[in-house]
Amino acid sequence: MFRFAFKKKKKKCTKENKSIKRIALSLYLRIPISSVSHPHQNSVGYLFHRTTHHTHSLQTDLCNPPKTPSIFNLQSMAIRAALTRRPITSSTLQAASRSISSWWKNVEPAPKDPILGVTEAFLADTSPHKVNVGVGAYRDDNGKPVVLECVREAERRVAGNLNMEYLPMGGCNNMVEETLKLAYGEHSDLIKDKRIAAIQALSGTGACRIFADFQKRFSPDSQIYIPVPTWSNHHNIWRDANVPQRTFHYYHPESKGLDFASLMDDVKNAPNGSFFLLHACAHNPTGVDPTVEQWKEISYQFKVKGHFAFFDMAYQGFASGDPERDAKSIRIFLEDGHLIGCSQSYAKNMGLYGQRVGCLSLVCEDEKQAVAVKSQLQQLARPMYSNPPVHGALIVSTILSDPDLKQLWLKEVKGMADRIIGMRTSLRENIEKLGSPLSWEHITNQIGMFCYSGMTPEQVDRLTKEFHIYMTRNGRISMAGVTSGNVEYLAKAIHEVTKAA
Amino acid sequence: MADHSSSVFSQIARAPEDPILGVTVAYNKDSDTSKLNLGVGAYRTEEGKPLVLNVVRQAEQKLVNDPSRVKEYLPIVGLADFNKGSAKLIFGADSPAIQENRVTTVQCLSGTGSLRVGGEFLAKHYYEKTVYIPSPTWGNHPKIFTLAGLSVKTYRYYDPATRGLDFQGLLEDLGNAPTGAIVLLHACAHNPTGVDPTLDQWEQIRKLMRSKGLLPFFDSAYQGFASGSLDADAQSVRMFVADGGECFAAQSYAKNMGLYGERVGALSIVCKTADVASRVESQLKLVIRPMYSSPPLHGASIVATILKDSNLYNEWTVELKAMADRIISMRKQLLEALQARGTPGDWTHIIKQIGMFTFTGLNAEQVAFMTREYHIYMTSDGLENQHGWSKFKDCTSSCGCYACCCYPCCVNKHVLLET
Repeated sequence: MFRFAFKKKKKKCTKENKSIKRIALSLYLRIPISSVSHPHQNSVGYLFHRTTHHTHSLQTDLCNPPKTPSIFNLQSMAIRAALTRRPITSSTLQAASRSISSWWKNVEPAPKDPILGVTEAFLADTSPHKVNVGVGAYRDDNGKPVVLECVREAERRVAGNLNMEYLPMGGCNNMVEETLKLAYGEHSDLIKDKRIAAIQALSGTGACRIFADFQKRFSPDSQIYIPVPTWSNHHNIWRDANVPQRTFHYYHPESKGLDFASLMDDVKNAPNGSFFLLHACAHNPTGVDPTVEQWKEISYQFKVKGHFAFFDMAYQGFASGDPERDAKSIRIFLEDGHLIGCSQSYAKNMGLYGQRVGCLSLVCEDEKQAVAVKSQLQQLARPMYSNPPVHGALIVSTILSDPDLKQLWLKEVKGMADRIIGMRTSLRENIEKLGSPLSWEHITNQIGMFCYSGMTPEQVDRLTKEFHIYMTRNGRISMAGVTSGNVEYLAKAIHEVTKAA
Repeated sequence: MADHSSSVFSQIARAPEDPILGVTVAYNKDSDTSKLNLGVGAYRTEEGKPLVLNVVRQAEQKLVNDPSRVKEYLPIVGLADFNKGSAKLIFGADSPAIQENRVTTVQCLSGTGSLRVGGEFLAKHYYEKTVYIPSPTWGNHPKIFTLAGLSVKTYRYYDPATRGLDFQGLLEDLGNAPTGAIVLLHACAHNPTGVDPTLDQWEQIRKLMRSKGLLPFFDSAYQGFASGSLDADAQSVRMFVADGGECFAAQSYAKNMGLYGERVGALSIVCKTADVASRVESQLKLVIRPMYSSPPLHGASIVATILKDSNLYNEWTVELKAMADRIISMRKQLLEALQARGTPGDWTHIIKQIGMFTFTGLNAEQVAFMTREYHIYMTSDGLENQHGWSKFKDCTSSCGCYACCCYPCCVNKHVLLET
């Protein structure tokens, strides 16, 4: 057997030189697995064969059955089978191991996800009238999912041409750069000065989760202030990241608008330097956004308090039809010098839902800090999924880097937003036409994909049971699921369940 | 007024480069034309190029040309056809566990994601929070389980003295583990050593684990890639299912279908009963939803397309065997070339190890030397990607095989001491 020792040059007598590294070069005695051919590979015969060779040593186990259930139960069965020449079937194996019960027998069935569970229930419904206004996924006026033209074209260019190598941990650089331009502005100084730490993330969820983990690791004493109400998964994300949660006032049920006064109170009363989750535009689930003036006041108060603003922007372009306008809240905060964090998603505005494409960014004081922060974000991504999926990122990158495709995309986004705005008007008109005593102006006041109808869970249950209309029990209507074909039916049903209210 | 201009993160230090992925970062920065990347585990052709399998291209074309395909969210657990196909692939199409609906399979982000989701599930629902990982193992394993909320211990695996499996040490360490502890097992082609237990040894491991109630968690990243046979490479896992017990299995399609960047994988949990499996699945959803809501569509669609179509499937097995064979042939060629040059030392471990990697036995200094002088990149533990070697590269001497020059230089530079 050879052994090698490697020494450094004898010039210096340092500690390292003194310790000689021994490298043993291996002689592996193991036989490669592919060269082993066992005559009885399948489960029925395997133990039979194995144990007939151990009959003698294990016969004593038959006479003295072990008290604790163990593998010997199986072997004793095998011996019995061998002696009686009956093969072991899987049921006898099962019988033997039944004495070892499941590790998971105490696992409770989990409740269905309040949002995604709605679509499951909808799919299971056989009624021809069924309407899905649950999950926030865009539908065209025929109720069909849409793949944007720009996406189809980008896919055609991408398919068959490129390899599927791992992306770097931080994702597709080109996609990230283009994505930052959308949020921070095409000619943003922050981008020029490389002050933004950013990684590709698994859509909005993934971006929020990595941020929450980052917040836990580097501001371990902080907590997150979450608006009431919010997307239900926000609570799950920060909970699983072990960041304590607080809430702040947001929605005003009486006016079905923004409870601005209470919001500002909560901002002022929070300890200095608190972390806040803000929806950049098209608040989910309420559709209620602060006005530009209100955003400016919020930003000012954040400066006074030294709060950290984390923007979840899942609907840029989808709210007003104009991505620049939809990013206004972020731009206000940036003008005021805030060092914000931002989650961006292409699920809705590029229709890339299932591709899971998004971006997490953090504004830093300088380039050096941005490099450090990015490296730490990558350290969180690596033990979660190593590196992000390439396909969706290539689509985004292809579209945003090509001026023609980008124009096409902007046009298609506006088309989607306009259809939704049209449906809002139509739904409101239809309900009012039926003579509802209630006010429905919030349908057109609210913005984005969702309408917070104000209906109670009981009323929503009636909608589902009696009318086969599916939405989340908080009364949130996904306007994207409303079409000229179902708007009247929807209005009628809503009027039915609310007229007595 | 509070000072809002300084960052809440101003104290953050720059993290070190990932020891594996960082190698590729350094490689990409190198402008030398003869550079060679033997770092990350990604297959390369004879020409040193990444490879997209023919079946994958065919599946891709099918998908792109199908106008009815949409990009909607997948369910939280992923694509159903993909999940079914993956379970059959690892457990065998005739597996009783599958037929009895005792297996829950969820699509995850490749091997990493499957391990992480499994780990988080265990941290939430299992009474034993310790996972035993082999020493050595893939560098990301301890990080994954730690961040999942488990505590990590090691069991002896590789024995430098025997240059093989430290089987007694393994049995001792697992024998001393607390009842119910989780044990990470590499299904085949152990990363990084390439040392696998024999079937007999697997059987002994299985007996021991079942008698102690240890929970097996398989990481199967190289099924089909190791020996060239999908079934042979799954034997270890199937043994643990055949005895009717419970286990976890993380699968990756990164290597065996070349889908690296698409992040395609699956986590399967084999349970005692169908009812338990269904409850377990519902809880897995609660782990996934706050992590990324639902998995990416594209890669899983490609896999499902291939697994469902018997022609594509058969073609795949042929392409897979070709990749495995090329690695085995590269091992042979490297060994022969080293021996031909009289490189000191016994290098036969190169052909005895199995799978994508060779644990060369080079130390950190030697690796740094190779990088500095010859622009050859590998991880500093001397682990190199076996098929990163291309057949003919420019060489500084007349031998015609670049790589085989620098090994001797590298080894000879240091004083040889025999003990």
